[in-house]
Amino acid sequence: MRVPVIDRPRIATFLLFGLLALVPVYAGLFDQPFYLTLFARVMIFALAAVSLDLVLGFGGMVSFGHAAYLGVGAYAVGILAYHGVDSVLVRWSVAILASAAVALFIGSVSLRTSGMYFIMITLAFAQMLFYLAVSLKAYGGDDGLPIAQRGAIGPIDLNSSTQLYYLILVLLGLALALAHRIIGSRFGRALEGAKWNERRAVALGIAPYRYRLVAFVISGTICGLAGALLATLTSFVSPSYMAWTRSGEIIVMVVLGGMATLTGPIVGAIVLLVLEEILATITIHWMLILGPVLVLVVLFARRGLWGWIAGARHG
Amino acid sequence: MDPLLLLVQALNGLQLGVMLFLLAAGLTLVFGIMNLVNLAHGSLYMIGAYFMAAFQGWTGSFLLALLLAVPATLVVGVLVEVIVLRRLYERDHLDQVLGTFGLILFFNELVRVIWGPAALFVSMPAALSGTVTLLPGAPYPVYRLLIIGVGLMVAAFLSWLVTRTRTGMLIRAGASNPTMVGALGVDIRLLFTLVFGLGAALAGLAGAMAAPLLSVESAMGDGVLILTFVVIVIGGIGSIRGAFAAAVIVGIVDTVGRAFLPILLREIFNRQVANAAGPALASMLIYLLMAAILAFRPRGLFGARG
Repeated sequence: MRVPVIDRPRIATFLLFGLLALVPVYAGLFDQPFYLTLFARVMIFALAAVSLDLVLGFGGMVSFGHAAYLGVGAYAVGILAYHGVDSVLVRWSVAILASAAVALFIGSVSLRTSGMYFIMITLAFAQMLFYLAVSLKAYGGDDGLPIAQRGAIGPIDLNSSTQLYYLILVLLGLALALAHRIIGSRFGRALEGAKWNERRAVALGIAPYRYRLVAFVISGTICGLAGALLATLTSFVSPSYMAWTRSGEIIVMVVLGGMATLTGPIVGAIVLLVLEEILATITIHWMLILGPVLVLVVLFARRGLWGWIAGARHG
Repeated sequence: MDPLLLLVQALNGLQLGVMLFLLAAGLTLVFGIMNLVNLAHGSLYMIGAYFMAAFQGWTGSFLLALLLAVPATLVVGVLVEVIVLRRLYERDHLDQVLGTFGLILFFNELVRVIWGPAALFVSMPAALSGTVTLLPGAPYPVYRLLIIGVGLMVAAFLSWLVTRTRTGMLIRAGASNPTMVGALGVDIRLLFTLVFGLGAALAGLAGAMAAPLLSVESAMGDGVLILTFVVIVIGGIGSIRGAFAAAVIVGIVDTVGRAFLPILLREIFNRQVANAAGPALASMLIYLLMAAILAFRPRGLFGARG
């Protein structure tokens, strides 16, 4: 499918990244470093949400355990830092490889099932890793593990919040571009085709299992990178990164922003996390408001925010 | 290995198992018949426990509180069904997961608003707080035996209800073809509400009975919900028999595994490795069991639907 260079979704995406790039300027101008950390966190979850959109939106696989890869990536960074590995590149590479390996294992078992079973088995695997992290007393167990040094990549000093912020922004942009390439490729078409009509895809000679497994591993890997970034940003890892409610939140971001739109989940992450911040300043019982809001979104706003911003279906 | 300790741990496992069955029965019926993934089922368990604490504080009687908590949870369940869940039956699983996830956030916060952030405690009556000697040297708490008894009775009742009564026939018919049942003049919406209410009452019963053993607090239903999912996935979604078998298996494997796996590992590896790996492996055991079962039987032990 040929997409014209100038169309509404594309302009909106560039506008979105432009605004995100201005956050450090705003934070510096008004001396509000809080916004820098908040939006760095938002972008990390946006990265996780984009990765989930690949399997959820395009592959039709409702993974209810994506927080597991976030946790694997984060723990890889935390454990390496604990053992004195200072190189950020080594930390992140191991995080990426570890989450890919975990996604390969979980995916190869889970994808044998479908529907309800798939939702629950991905959830159960994530819980398994959660309890594994809790029982790792050597690495802090329940209390988590602090990371002494954020480290540096060449000239980029990650201890500088601004430099880390822009690095995350660039990685988010790269991940989005990669996801677009994947979806536009023959592989992506086959993946989406198998979602819409599995029987027809099989008749055309496409083995859905393999396509889905590859997509699942790619998704888990990107999510693992998000976990490594999260551990770097917060200088801390804890089992709570893998809590099942976290997996639920990432799904909410994707659906809120718009499934199978790639940029939508970024909008979803921004809206959800900023909404949480705002509600939390109004009342400590903010979940009392957020819960019903989610129900209303499900009941009445199926297309997601991106459909409303960008007009047409994107991708 | 001490055989008496094994017996006690197996009974503890059975007690966890029947508790899980009370939750799994409702969840698996709701999925089998209405095709609804209800994450908020754990919230009904939590609400049952809170009602138990509130009514006990109010009436001062354990039995009276239990008798009030179960129908009160049923009413909450029916309200949730009529206001929200009814609209989700026709939606796909993703919408159901999200909608009921929203309900969990709501209920977890609602109990904090109503009963405060601190945990509540429920005391058990003096008559039930003692122990009985099952075998010489193996005392066992009466209350846990009572839970096992109630759980087995509920299982027998459900099996009678589903296979021997007209309501049960409609439930089974509704599970295989709701449209046809509706066309034959059965009020299918009422049937759905009844089934949901039954599931809510069972979840409330589980929560109310667990209340004296645990601290009653917000989000207490979340962990047990995941265990319940493991149970119904292993048992096969929609099957009450499967739910019962899997609940007992999961309860016993989890409890006995936690008690004996570290000891067993100490026989094989050195103490340090065993102490580190034992608890980790024990807490992962049931998930590994589930993965192994699904790898060979993707629809669970007794499952027919996907």
